[in-house]
Amino acid sequence: MLKAENITKKIGNTTILHGIDLNIAGGEFITVFGPNGAGKSTLLKILSMLMKPSSGNLTINGVNALKDTARVRGSVGVISHRTFLYDNLTAEENLEFYGRMYGIDNLRDRVTEVLSEVGLELAFNDPVRIFSRGMQQRLAIARAILHRPEILFLDEPYTGLDQQAVEILNSVLARLSIKDRTVFMITHNFEQGLDLSDRILIINKGRLAFTEKAKGFTPDKLKKVYMEVLGGAVS
Amino acid sequence: MRYFAQVRALLWKDLVSELRTKEMVSSMLIFSFLVTVVFSFAFEPDSDTIKQVFPGIIWAAFIFTGILGLNRSFINEKGNDCIMGLMSAAVDKGVIFLGKMTGNFIFMTVMEAITLPVLFVLFDYRMKGSPILLIIVVVLGTLGFAAIGTFLSALSVNTSNSEVLLPIILFPLITPLLIAAVKATAVILAGGEFAEWSNWLTILLAYDIIFTVIPWFLVDYVLEV
Repeated sequence: MLKAENITKKIGNTTILHGIDLNIAGGEFITVFGPNGAGKSTLLKILSMLMKPSSGNLTINGVNALKDTARVRGSVGVISHRTFLYDNLTAEENLEFYGRMYGIDNLRDRVTEVLSEVGLELAFNDPVRIFSRGMQQRLAIARAILHRPEILFLDEPYTGLDQQAVEILNSVLARLSIKDRTVFMITHNFEQGLDLSDRILIINKGRLAFTEKAKGFTPDKLKKVYMEVLGGAVS
Repeated sequence: MRYFAQVRALLWKDLVSELRTKEMVSSMLIFSFLVTVVFSFAFEPDSDTIKQVFPGIIWAAFIFTGILGLNRSFINEKGNDCIMGLMSAAVDKGVIFLGKMTGNFIFMTVMEAITLPVLFVLFDYRMKGSPILLIIVVVLGTLGFAAIGTFLSALSVNTSNSEVLLPIILFPLITPLLIAAVKATAVILAGGEFAEWSNWLTILLAYDIIFTVIPWFLVDYVLEV
């Protein structure tokens, strides 16, 4: 599904990522942990083709994603700290806009479907600027799954969410997991991160410091491993 | 076909946003009105000087006001990192350029359609040439300005002083356009012959083609992260 080889990112004289190798199988749910500044978000941006690496190769579904980016971008969805939403448009208009950009068929029906999936069917006509942080993040989830991506990248998606939004996000992720969609999620939350995970990664100082199957891990055990990997440093 | 559907969607999004906030057009209109009033006080309406400087006044008002709009066109995409959303949506960067350029052209044209009659009234100017030709010159001048301005706006948007940087890099590049537009306007206002204005119109047309096509090819590198 996704193969990253020797991914390195340098900005000025600083090396953010040092030769990361990663293989993600179709339908796999990967959760990434690491301290602030470890390079997690940079790796996510590179894997989701929002940023080019300084060197290395990236293959998605057998396509060279660095050369033939346009061919594979449609198979990727991204949820970031930022919502990518236009404040002056309504929830429906935002989704219709992105839907037209993706060239989605039966757009009206699909927009109604995803709005109800994230529990915003009654707020479809409200401008995004009056939405709470939780509602904006729910709409961002709707935007990211609108085109039925094969791989979903999530960068700390639980940040600033209310309880309802956390539950909606969990149910969306669970549904994606059942549908065998591939998920790559960055989080600082050990419990939420473990729930649906197939594999855990820990990134530290731009290097892949730990990778293991999630089965058998409890939040406490993960925290212990995390501390060991980081040499006692707390994120 | 999908390419132009995306351009249309981007344009629709910018127009709807602007209709709701009126941030860009209202500030452009207020500024153009102020420029017009200042010039009307500086020159006596019935003097001979006005015949010589009137074409320059028209374009000075359009260009200064147009920069206000250009500055805002990509700043709107920075809020909530929407430009990343467009990138993640597999949107060709040429689509972003064409959509933004068309939007800027429309906003400027609206401003010009209101400002131009006000200029004629305030300066009590009676043109001798064809109003249709004047409109053609204004449209061609605005198109070239919107094309190169949109490209440079994309180039400068990620700098900390984008509002200062844009005019600095824009003015040298629009000098040929501005000279051709002012000269063509002057000849047409005075009722000049075809031979007098056709060369200036050709320059405007060539500028428009060159500065639409080249930025369209280069915008990939400008918007690359």
